[in-house]
Amino acid sequence: MQLVLEKRAERSKTIALVSPLIAIGLTIITMVILFAILGKNPMLALHAYFIAPLTDGYSLQEIAVKATPLVMIAIGLSLCYLANAWNIGAEGQFLIGAVAGSWIAVKTQGTDAGAWVLPVMLVLAAAAGALYALIPAICKVKFGASEILTSLMLVYVADLFLDYLVRGPWRDPHGFNFPTTAEFDPVATVPLLIEGGRLHLGSIIALLVVAAAAILLGRTIKGFEIRVVGAAPRAARFGGFNANQLVILTFAVSGALAGLAGIIEVAGPVGHLQPGISPGYGFTAIIVAFLGRLNPLGILIAGLFLALTFIGGEQAQIAMKIPLDVTKVFQGILLFYVLACDSLILYRFKLVFPNRQVARGIG
Amino acid sequence: MELVEAIILAVLAASTPLLIAGTGELVTERSGVLNLGVEGMMIVGAACGFAGAWLTGSIFIGALFGIVAGTLMSLIFALMALGLAVNQVATGLALTILGVGLSGLIGAGFVGERITPAIHLAIPGLTDMPLIGRVLFGEDAFVYFSIALVIGVWWFLYRTRAGLILRACGDNHVSAHALGYPVLRIRTFAVMFGGACAGLAGAYLPLAYTPFFIPGMTAGRGWIALALVVFSSWRPGRLVVGAYLFGAVTILQLHAQGWGVGIPSQFMSALPYLATVIVLVLLSRARTGGSTAPAALGTVFVPDR
Repeated sequence: MQLVLEKRAERSKTIALVSPLIAIGLTIITMVILFAILGKNPMLALHAYFIAPLTDGYSLQEIAVKATPLVMIAIGLSLCYLANAWNIGAEGQFLIGAVAGSWIAVKTQGTDAGAWVLPVMLVLAAAAGALYALIPAICKVKFGASEILTSLMLVYVADLFLDYLVRGPWRDPHGFNFPTTAEFDPVATVPLLIEGGRLHLGSIIALLVVAAAAILLGRTIKGFEIRVVGAAPRAARFGGFNANQLVILTFAVSGALAGLAGIIEVAGPVGHLQPGISPGYGFTAIIVAFLGRLNPLGILIAGLFLALTFIGGEQAQIAMKIPLDVTKVFQGILLFYVLACDSLILYRFKLVFPNRQVARGIG
Repeated sequence: MELVEAIILAVLAASTPLLIAGTGELVTERSGVLNLGVEGMMIVGAACGFAGAWLTGSIFIGALFGIVAGTLMSLIFALMALGLAVNQVATGLALTILGVGLSGLIGAGFVGERITPAIHLAIPGLTDMPLIGRVLFGEDAFVYFSIALVIGVWWFLYRTRAGLILRACGDNHVSAHALGYPVLRIRTFAVMFGGACAGLAGAYLPLAYTPFFIPGMTAGRGWIALALVVFSSWRPGRLVVGAYLFGAVTILQLHAQGWGVGIPSQFMSALPYLATVIVLVLLSRARTGGSTAPAALGTVFVPDR
């Protein structure tokens, strides 16, 4: 028995729509098996993961808070991936943005600096993220160095740089030697949307980013160029599109968005700079981008879904002692199924038996 | 002299996982497949390798566990990237994300446990020789195996018919297919070999490098191994040079931290990663005359019939 792929005459629109749903379904089936292996009641675990977080207001807000950086980063990454530029160092750009923005917060601490502080922090973070992302982009365009490897290496560098700052020059003198800056002043903090709640202004910014990306990709020439360069590089060359320029542009935009997400996370839910501000947002955002089919609206939904798995994972850990790593396994498996189902858009899967009789077609 | 010897020993130890994982990935890439999941396969190999050694008390069985785990991980990749023609970059990333989670899950019960690390060779007379004695005759089995592995791969790629066919698949899968070679099957074996090597390289860390398992202990070594393959221009000989150079950078920065050079330790720790970026840039720049990469590297192949 052998699996054979048969190219479809054209992309299957139906499957393009339902494939993320099939992927989620398959992932849940796999998770049930995994929970059973771990000796946990699968139904209770699924409830803890996917239902419980949706039943109280606090968790709902928390999902939006977690989805904010995921969606912002994933939107930027989707632009890169559409243009066939592989930025996988968003985690590093996120951290550098957080560092750059925190610089203002740390320097103005305890002074009577006014309302200008937060906007400057946001702008600086976006600029720093963009510059940091430009390193691999320029190495790629000018020297032909693989952007995949260089952008990933810079994640470790950013991580160590942040670590140095909060253990060295920026450490809170009253922080009992913990590696953290002092708590940011109110003017350096992202305002909450609901008094006493968790939801903050960052979620609104994320929604604006989604809308802007939808307009860019759907209604502008640049967006068209990005999509053509990725989907049909030869056609793009005939069309006179500058692929290198688009690599630079998409990397800069995605770096800026990751940096912005970084400072919003630090100046919002976290409140100070410390190591471990990201539970791997930059990497999970890769899954979000693919699960959302590199489409802004899809990414918004996918971001909320993956945020749900973060919150659900925490709740499952507390309620059922399920290890947090299960969430990562879940996310990895999900990405596999998403990619496999995407293959169905372009190909038909067929099982062929050695006597060359087509036994069964799927899709 | 003692210090020089200690440094050389440490460099060899730090280079060995890079060399093993890099050799495996070199074969995979020579067949035309870019498996970015080395880090994921390594970390699972580390967790399973430690589990195997802890459960049985045997380093050898631990290493086998690592190899099997890496191979199984690579089979997932082969199914996706070769069987279902999925984008290899995305599949490799997925493999790494999955691997990090799986290793945490597998290794959770073993954090804090210790094992007796792999023993070092000791030949009376030879190992006691000053300076070169321990370097040449006092290593653990992994170090000798890694060197045999590279030589074996070199011989296979350049001196056997099968190696020629494998390289043909990597340079032009359409021609190889037209000549009647089973491109996808050959690539699957190449991917499995890469997975086995990555698993073994990962297992080396808790079995010989440090006698315990910590989550995330590969610390990007899988990615550095990938960069080394580029550095080597896909040639086993240069891979050896690259791996030992990187091992040297890693160890020298550790020693510099110990000597109390007035540079914060984080900057020194960042050196291997920065060195990777710089080397990639310099090499890619030197190679403007044309790429030495396998021509079909990373491209999807669906045989028509």
